[in-house]
Amino acid sequence: MYVAWRWDFTFEILPKMLWATLNTFMAAGLGYAIAAVVGLLFMLGQRTPYKFVNVPTREIVEFIRSTPLLVQLFFVYFVAPQFGLTLSAWVSAMFTIGLHYGTYLSEVYRGALEGVPRTQWEACRALNFSTSYTYRKIVLPQAFPIAIPGMGNYLVGIFKDTPLLATIGVAELFFTANSLGAYTYRYLEPYTLVGIIFLVISVPTAMGIRRLEAAVNKAQGKANI
Amino acid sequence: MNFFDFSITYGPKFSSAAITTAQVFVYSALLAVIISIIFGIMRLSKNIIIQVLATVYIEFYRGTSLIIQMFWIYYVLPLFGIPLPALLAGVLALGMNFGAYGAEVLRAGILAVPKGQWEGALALNFSKTKRMQRIIIPQIYPIILPPAANLAVELLKGTALVSLITIVDLMFVAKQINMMTWLSAQSFGLALLIYFIMARFILVPFLRWLEVLAAKKVGRGKA
Repeated sequence: MYVAWRWDFTFEILPKMLWATLNTFMAAGLGYAIAAVVGLLFMLGQRTPYKFVNVPTREIVEFIRSTPLLVQLFFVYFVAPQFGLTLSAWVSAMFTIGLHYGTYLSEVYRGALEGVPRTQWEACRALNFSTSYTYRKIVLPQAFPIAIPGMGNYLVGIFKDTPLLATIGVAELFFTANSLGAYTYRYLEPYTLVGIIFLVISVPTAMGIRRLEAAVNKAQGKANI
Repeated sequence: MNFFDFSITYGPKFSSAAITTAQVFVYSALLAVIISIIFGIMRLSKNIIIQVLATVYIEFYRGTSLIIQMFWIYYVLPLFGIPLPALLAGVLALGMNFGAYGAEVLRAGILAVPKGQWEGALALNFSKTKRMQRIIIPQIYPIILPPAANLAVELLKGTALVSLITIVDLMFVAKQINMMTWLSAQSFGLALLIYFIMARFILVPFLRWLEVLAAKKVGRGKA
């Protein structure tokens, strides 16, 4: 039983799929925005000198990082209602993605801050700069370029993980492909189109990030490996 | 039903599912290692065609989602007359996806061995096989093992996706029991806990041990 590719069907479903791609973008963008903030909180939590804050934060981060996003999605989606908190698929998806990738981004932030040489801090101390001034004018401008490649990689990572959201019913690209397949009994074109759309978006983005990384390394005076 | 009772009642189901997850992990890890070696070396080939082939493979697999690759292999390949059993489809998808990531790790690892080591081996007139065996390869392990450990944890997490193509792994059983009992917190919580234990207390310590072993072998271990 061979199934031939049908172009008429492809062009019939393409507009629907492109619309759904917008939802995918929205999911990725929103999730990333939440993750960026959550990551900052996790990073600060791990850097505080208080043991009763930084030890639990580190354990939580470790736990979230080493368990699958798929299971976490189901956990949030099904367990929240038991506590009287009925979350829509979108809300629980954004919450879970934000939390999951927040742990990854916290590592990126931490690495970036640690990438700023200690001597910079000491120099600011010697010049009697305030802590906030040191952060704003000296440390963060140097830490940010170090964080760019990692942050970019996780943006692509979130984008590629959005199809998982279809499993709890977020109507994004993969969900649309599934329902088109179920409706027409043709899975070849929808699934292939999903793959092509992802390739077309994420390969150039990843390449751009790699070039950015090279530029950052060069600006920092590090040799390219 | 509290968490403890739940664990006792459904423990056997979860543990057999955990074994399935472990099996899927081991098979796909083996496949991923083989693929990363092949494509990692192809990436470094001087032949431009081989190099382009490897680059296309790697970019393709890193550019699309694992779940889409898995669904394509499981649901679309049969349409071309290639039906694959679920386990094989899952392992193929996981192994080929993580093989692409691993190939990049291996490539970076080979390139990170200092040039002087190659030249030194050449100057000492070692044969090609001996040079690789005794000089280069032992130095690659300590470089690639830390990123490989990260990938291994990612792979373990990735195995949860095989539940979507009907393999009865941890995630599948958690979903099933959730549907039967509506004890969502317990069933998904227990699944999360088992994944965490597998990653944190079995997989990661094992890989750390390998790292220490590899570092010792090239004389970089802590005395």
